[in-house]
Amino acid sequence: MRGISKTFGTIRALSNVSLKVYPGEVHALMGENGAGKSTLMKILSGAYIADAGGEILIDGRPVTTSDPSAAKANGIAVIYQELALAPNLTVAQNMFLGAEPSRFGLLDASASKARAEPILKRLGIGFSPSTPVAALSLGDRQMVEIARALTTQARIIVMDEPTTSLTSRETDKLFEVIASLKAQGIAIIYISHRMEEIYRLADRVSVLRDSAYIGTLERRDLSAAKLVSMMVGRDLSSFYKKDHREPVEGRRKMLSVRDIGDGRHVHHNSFDAYAGEVLGIAGLVGSGRTELARLIFGADVKTSGTVLLDGKELHIRSPREAMDAGIAYLTEDRKGLGLFLDMSINENINIGVIGRDALGAGLLNFAAANARADTAVSNLSIRAANTRINVGALSGGNQQKTLLARLLETAPKVLILDEPTRGVDVGAKSEIYRIIDELAKSGIAIVVISSDLPEIVGIADRVLVMREGHIVGEVKAAMGAPIDQEAIMTLSTGTQAPDGREAGKQDGMTS
Amino acid sequence: MTAGQKEKSGADKARLRSTLTALGMLPVLVIVAVGFHLLSGRFLTVNNLSIVTQQASINVVLAAGMTFVILTGGIDLSVGSILAVAAMVAVIVSLWPDVGMLGIPAAIAAGFIFGLGNGAIISFFRLPPFIVTLGSLTAVRGVARLLGADTTVFNPDLPFAFIGNGTVAGIPWLAIIAVAVIAVSWFILKRTVLGTWIYAVGGNSEAARLTGIKVPLVLLFVYSMSGLLAGLGGVMSAARLYAANGLQLGQAYELDAIAAVILGGTSFVGGVGSIWGTLIGALIIATLSNGLILVGVSDIWQYIIKGLVIIVAVGLDRYRLKEGTRT
Repeated sequence: MRGISKTFGTIRALSNVSLKVYPGEVHALMGENGAGKSTLMKILSGAYIADAGGEILIDGRPVTTSDPSAAKANGIAVIYQELALAPNLTVAQNMFLGAEPSRFGLLDASASKARAEPILKRLGIGFSPSTPVAALSLGDRQMVEIARALTTQARIIVMDEPTTSLTSRETDKLFEVIASLKAQGIAIIYISHRMEEIYRLADRVSVLRDSAYIGTLERRDLSAAKLVSMMVGRDLSSFYKKDHREPVEGRRKMLSVRDIGDGRHVHHNSFDAYAGEVLGIAGLVGSGRTELARLIFGADVKTSGTVLLDGKELHIRSPREAMDAGIAYLTEDRKGLGLFLDMSINENINIGVIGRDALGAGLLNFAAANARADTAVSNLSIRAANTRINVGALSGGNQQKTLLARLLETAPKVLILDEPTRGVDVGAKSEIYRIIDELAKSGIAIVVISSDLPEIVGIADRVLVMREGHIVGEVKAAMGAPIDQEAIMTLSTGTQAPDGREAGKQDGMTS
Repeated sequence: MTAGQKEKSGADKARLRSTLTALGMLPVLVIVAVGFHLLSGRFLTVNNLSIVTQQASINVVLAAGMTFVILTGGIDLSVGSILAVAAMVAVIVSLWPDVGMLGIPAAIAAGFIFGLGNGAIISFFRLPPFIVTLGSLTAVRGVARLLGADTTVFNPDLPFAFIGNGTVAGIPWLAIIAVAVIAVSWFILKRTVLGTWIYAVGGNSEAARLTGIKVPLVLLFVYSMSGLLAGLGGVMSAARLYAANGLQLGQAYELDAIAAVILGGTSFVGGVGSIWGTLIGALIIATLSNGLILVGVSDIWQYIIKGLVIIVAVGLDRYRLKEGTRT
């Protein structure tokens, strides 16, 4: 792609972007939300038409991608974030959707099955083409999407954040498939926010920022610091924020959890969090981190254990009681379990405290609500024209800040943040880190659950690691040195470190 | 374009859309009413409009209760049966010497109790509202027949007959009650904490729980409210007829109430909607019934036309909203 520009009205969404992709490579495309990645890919796939001046060349030949079917004919396939399969149909039916093999105008089911099988085999897929898609896991559905791309002889496959809803095992499977596609000479353009994936997969990484092409890094030059500085236009040291002082002398135990468990995902865990500290909880997806947080918050029923807040034992049976006691929990699934997307920013911020603020007889106190909303919007720099806008219309970062604002209105003493920056662009991430840092300074005990290792290492004072429902260790910064990411990884997987050292022998680790 | 600008132009669109949403089905009501007037020449007369509002009033009251329920993402199929029981109670109690006026609170209390029962089963046993109220649709109908030993009960000297037939300054009592119910409902939904919780539960019930909202209590309230208003509807029916019949009264009323709510733009999955829309929806239904008679359409065709109008109107509404959300 050479010199591609795109304007919407007076707004320039892409200016003079060039991108070169070679067969058999995984080319990662990075940038903040709104940097122009999606627009560029939509031009490649024919969903948008580029402004005059730029051109797209395949094998050196200029091609037109004026509409999706032309792009398909050129061998370009896009796998979107939100899967686009019909769950009620079978795998084979989905693969050939819109291009069903037919004979005399009748569907030729056996032909489509026969054509589907080798493709599935090529991908190393275990399920049969006649499996209904509804019966497949999200990871397997992703495979069906890829299989569908292969039915059209795709030579360039674009994957837009393909792992957002996959488990770690499914992600591994996907990466194997990507490797085999690569070996078959297919070029893959891979869009992701996750550094770890970029490290594992990418041969080269190109970065877009503010609608413009910034540069491309070869695999050997990759570093998080470089990538982040290219994406945000400044360097990494100012990205994570840790200005608050880790409490050491005379620290106050704010939250004490003893022997807590639910008999299924979480087994007899104990830990303390101190006022003014940021305590990280790391671990793989499914290690019981979220479940642990939900037990403390009273969202699920615990079968054992006690929770003490500021030295006093609590008997929490519901989230309401936890919030009244001073514990707040930010869910990892902000759209599914957090926000009311059809309600305004104002209502979303106030919903937890309207009962407390109410005038007599349960009347809404609009003055109090407006004051709270206005203050929160300016303190957390939530960007919106006004607070009457529906939360559903906001960007991920602003939605997350709105949800955070709701929790802060309850004036918590303990704040549990579950994946606070998931699906949030780099700019909003750094703002959320700033907010967390300031809250710690104000003396709140903050527990951050995160799968993003650089993040947790960047903002936490110490990190607990969970594996299979147990807290298996604690990783602290050694004198002057940052917290060791490898030590965390070793504890979470419970096996050997990637370079062969055995678990439990890392520096700076205590348990 | 910066994020701020993007969201600002989004806000202008949002404002336009909310104006359109606020108007809702009002244009349809006006068009239908004017259409019938042009066809029959006597729809928009004071006399006829008074009849239309009286016909609409009971459905308005039921639909107001239904709005609370549907806003939480539920449904109440039992309101017609509850109305029948309440009407029976109202007439039977009104026959007691000297204390006949007690028929009114007794009927409303009966409706409240059945609604509370629905709500208790739905919120504490976590059963689907459709199934629970489908069951009580049948069971409560049986209770209504039981009350009068399966006969029609009369009271020619009904002490509260003025509710069904009297007027204040030319305005029928039935219409006054309906407007009052709408006003109170609007107040609860838009001016109280409970109202915000109702929208929140319908919008995302698990998020509501995690926010500390007592979801079971909210559900208990909406079904009780629906039952109570069905009880009030029973008083209104009894007052109009001086009689009640457990078998026939209120048959299929729940369908008109649901139709009014949906016509009014309330989302069937909950979380979005307004009581004002419900009022318009109920008036459209009453206008259709009355207008088709004035124009001389046969009873059979009235059914067919009414059904089609509901589908088309809601279809147009959804189409309009969908267009609006596309940015």
